[in-house]
Amino acid sequence: MKQFLFAAVFSTATLLAQTSAGDAANGKKLFLRDGCFQCHGYAGQGGAAGARIAAIGLNAQGLIRYVRAPGGAMPAFTDKVISDRELTDVWAYLQTMPKAKPAKDIPLLQQLQK
Amino acid sequence: MARSKKISVDRRGFLKGAAAGAAALVAKPEAAKAQEAAEVHRPATPNPLPGAKQTAAETAPPPPRVDVWTTDRPGSDFMVDVIKTLGFEYVAANPGSAFRGIHESLINYGGNKAPELLTCCHEESSVAMAHGYFKIEGKPMMVMAHGTVGLQHASMAIYNAYADRVPIYLLLGNIQDGAWRRSDVEWAHSVQDAASMVRDYTKWDDSPVSLGGFAESAIRAYKIAMTPPMEPVVIVADAVLQEEPLPEADRRLQIPKLTLATPPAGDYGAVKQAAKMLVEAENPVIVAGRVARTPAGIDLLIQLAETLQAPVIDRHFRMNFPTAHPLYGAGSIGSADVVLGLEVPDMWFATHSQTPVNRMGMESKRITKPGAKVITVFAGDLYGKSNYQDFGRYDEVDLAIAADAQATLPLLIDECRKLITSDRKAALQQRGVKLAEVSRKNRERDIEQAAWGWDASPVSTARMAAELWNQIKTEDWSLVSDLTFVSNWPGRLWDFDKSYHFIGGHGAYGVGYGAPAAVGAALANKKHGRISVNIQCDGDLNYAPGVLWTAAHHRIPMLNIMHNNRAYHQELMYVEDMAARARRGVERAWIGTAITDPNIDYAMMAKAYGMFSEGPIDNPNDLGPAIKRAIEVVKKGEPAMIDVVTQPR
Repeated sequence: MKQFLFAAVFSTATLLAQTSAGDAANGKKLFLRDGCFQCHGYAGQGGAAGARIAAIGLNAQGLIRYVRAPGGAMPAFTDKVISDRELTDVWAYLQTMPKAKPAKDIPLLQQLQK
Repeated sequence: MARSKKISVDRRGFLKGAAAGAAALVAKPEAAKAQEAAEVHRPATPNPLPGAKQTAAETAPPPPRVDVWTTDRPGSDFMVDVIKTLGFEYVAANPGSAFRGIHESLINYGGNKAPELLTCCHEESSVAMAHGYFKIEGKPMMVMAHGTVGLQHASMAIYNAYADRVPIYLLLGNIQDGAWRRSDVEWAHSVQDAASMVRDYTKWDDSPVSLGGFAESAIRAYKIAMTPPMEPVVIVADAVLQEEPLPEADRRLQIPKLTLATPPAGDYGAVKQAAKMLVEAENPVIVAGRVARTPAGIDLLIQLAETLQAPVIDRHFRMNFPTAHPLYGAGSIGSADVVLGLEVPDMWFATHSQTPVNRMGMESKRITKPGAKVITVFAGDLYGKSNYQDFGRYDEVDLAIAADAQATLPLLIDECRKLITSDRKAALQQRGVKLAEVSRKNRERDIEQAAWGWDASPVSTARMAAELWNQIKTEDWSLVSDLTFVSNWPGRLWDFDKSYHFIGGHGAYGVGYGAPAAVGAALANKKHGRISVNIQCDGDLNYAPGVLWTAAHHRIPMLNIMHNNRAYHQELMYVEDMAARARRGVERAWIGTAITDPNIDYAMMAKAYGMFSEGPIDNPNDLGPAIKRAIEVVKKGEPAMIDVVTQPR
């Protein structure tokens, strides 16, 4: 039990230290290496297989929490598969993804709006 | 049965034929001609006197009759007479010796018209073409195949059609009599019970042993195939019956009259009960599976939804309901107090959610509200088989009406209308206004979502769908492919409202269906001058790409847009899923699933098969102009392909 608590406290402390930063360049490598794009798209735009994650509203800690215990069909990615540090880098990369333009500024989409 | 029949012909006719045959034989290649020329220059030698045998052969009167192996009326001609009464436009086949007799009769005796023979490069393509054709035309295409190797090729496509409630009319060739088989090849290509291989996923089959039996079984098979639930059927045409002369006694064979059975409508009492539940419900939801068998089915579903002011959740197995209708997708099963499932083969999945639990199985949860009632109208309740599990999980429902939904809708609509008072009607109208607003917001959300990744490379499937729509929206168009693998973007952005705007999916999700089904559907669209659009998955095309040649050869106009995500992507995600759940790195999931190194050049592939093509295109700004150029080709009556390197989904 003591060991578990120590691990939990240590993990939380580590997590907090990491949430404020992240290496976006490494995050991009991980995003491609670990196939995040397969479900969420290269642009993080999402689709039938995964939610949009570009410009994600979660902070790094929120992303880590979700990836460790996701909902729906997404499998849990444990820290054995991808570490908190690496997920923080992925989070940083997601922040660099461009936001979508409003549909009204894209002629093909604007004409679909009725 | 009697065999080794011979036809006696007049001796003079025989000699005339023999002379013609000899003339054909002496049409020699150049080497033989050179040898003959050399012989002309040899020194002349005196002719020897003819022997007694030769003299007798030349001077004796010919025998009055001689037996030869020809006939002017093979049994296969009669088979073609039978086939023609069924009104097939086309017969799809990869040629096979076991049905060579019918093949010859179709093109010569039958004039290669009604049905016209379509040259296919794989039996899986033949069946899937018939599958797609039916979903536009509403009537079957005939398919011919070997009873053994051809049927083995065809079997997955038959299973798809079976699961998709599509009638395929399969005519198998087989050489039942061992003495008739010409070689070891024909022994290997013969079978005792040809249809047994696919009996688990066909509705009916027969192996008639006489031409009279063939006629009756052929008509019966058509009737059975076309009675809901519609399914594939198999008739085995024995080669001896095909190739032997039609006996004099059989020349007065009758072809039975075809009368299709009326589709089964729901029991009156049960339909009244359903109407009462639906009219009294505060939030009824209609779930549409394979409701619309004909264009009238769409109109009926609109009438029911508008009568009840109930939202329609479309499972996209058919073109059921207009996507721009204010009741389209405007509700959720989770908020419903009454759920009406119309021809929904997977009602359990419609009413439950599932979450994988590591590798331990699935955690399932009913998503309907406590106390919500479920009504089903499903022709599948009238008929089923046990081995293949396409029937899905058993669902607990409150009222199960075993009937064809489209045939039941008129009565259900009438009963609902009878029960709706003026007060109730006003309340329903208010509900309709709210639902229309939900539908409008859904549409807005989809359009905004489409903007994400708009300029990305590879091209997003949303951008691809929007570029396509921009080019076809003013045309008479038909989407001849599924929505599943492109995140349903056409369904979210385009206005589907005609019966031929959409053909649904595979049925059993057997990959390899997409390309040939699209070609078959485009063929059905051809005579109407429609622009057929096929969003073609790369993995699917690689099963039997020869169907591109069939499209080019038969001048089937269609626009193929490659959804080239360079992977068997669903499986890639599954391997990633397994690796994550096994707490291993997921970076190797591409092994065995990616279609890269080398990348396949689909534009070059299409060109090799004789089709106009462009690509690969990975810059989204290049896509619109390329589609425009391809559509010009399609409008001239030819197929075209644009290879688009796309996002995974």
